[in-house]
Amino acid sequence: MIDNAGLFTAEGLAGLVFLVVIAATLLGAFITIYAKRLIHSVSGLAISFIGVAGIYYYLYSPFVAFMEMLIYVGAVCVTIAFAIMLAEPTSRERTEARGPVTAVMGILVGSVIFWGLASLASNTPWMAAGKRITNGSIGAVGNSLLTTYSMVFELVSVVLIVAIIGSLVLARPGRGR
Amino acid sequence: MILYICNELSTYLLIAALMFSMGVFGIIHRQTLIGMLISSELILSGASINFMAFNRFLAPDPVVGQVFTLFIMAIAAAEAAIALSIILAVYRNYKSIDVDDMVELKG
Repeated sequence: MIDNAGLFTAEGLAGLVFLVVIAATLLGAFITIYAKRLIHSVSGLAISFIGVAGIYYYLYSPFVAFMEMLIYVGAVCVTIAFAIMLAEPTSRERTEARGPVTAVMGILVGSVIFWGLASLASNTPWMAAGKRITNGSIGAVGNSLLTTYSMVFELVSVVLIVAIIGSLVLARPGRGR
Repeated sequence: MILYICNELSTYLLIAALMFSMGVFGIIHRQTLIGMLISSELILSGASINFMAFNRFLAPDPVVGQVFTLFIMAIAAAEAAIALSIILAVYRNYKSIDVDDMVELKG
């Protein structure tokens, strides 16, 4: 336990930044599911992903945090924004919510899942590992990506190229319409 | 003390559970296909945070969770690309991305 429990110590400021990161994550997720228009929803998703990258940084994984910013905020959110620009009908004003029945159902299912996961997380006596094999640095990640997980690594590249070709094939026909 | 919750495993697990259930709520409640896709990204993020938290606090080899999260990111990017192109194709045929308009396959 840290004895010097002030706000203006290094640990205290780090904890404050962590609170900001959590707030960004949860607020972004809230905007994502409650915004009326889809483009606001994507903006909320980007805020939430920035917060998630901060959480990864606090989990001692700066490389994964960087990839989160690069892939999710930089690529996935921008792709979804392009798809909204191509596909959202702007002629009629529309509400994004489906109605009170699905709202009640969604809140019910979501809170049941949250209650289950939260009680599981807080009631399980988690046992820490006795001894670390590696230190979890970028070098260790690269080593195991190219030795232990090299097959999966190659398969992921195959999956990505299939996804590229497949999305081109799917989205290509009917462009003249 | 609230400033030191970044060293607790349960903090991260609760955040992940909250994001997961928000994503489930979004999938049930959103009206359009793109809204449902966005909510599924929230679910994937919750799962990734769980992996990273266990990786940081419990795993004997703290590389495994990072590698798994990187693979989740790659699969999620591929999934988003495929889903968006399917949504574009649906939009060209139906002039709508509303899930209530696509009822041709309904029995």
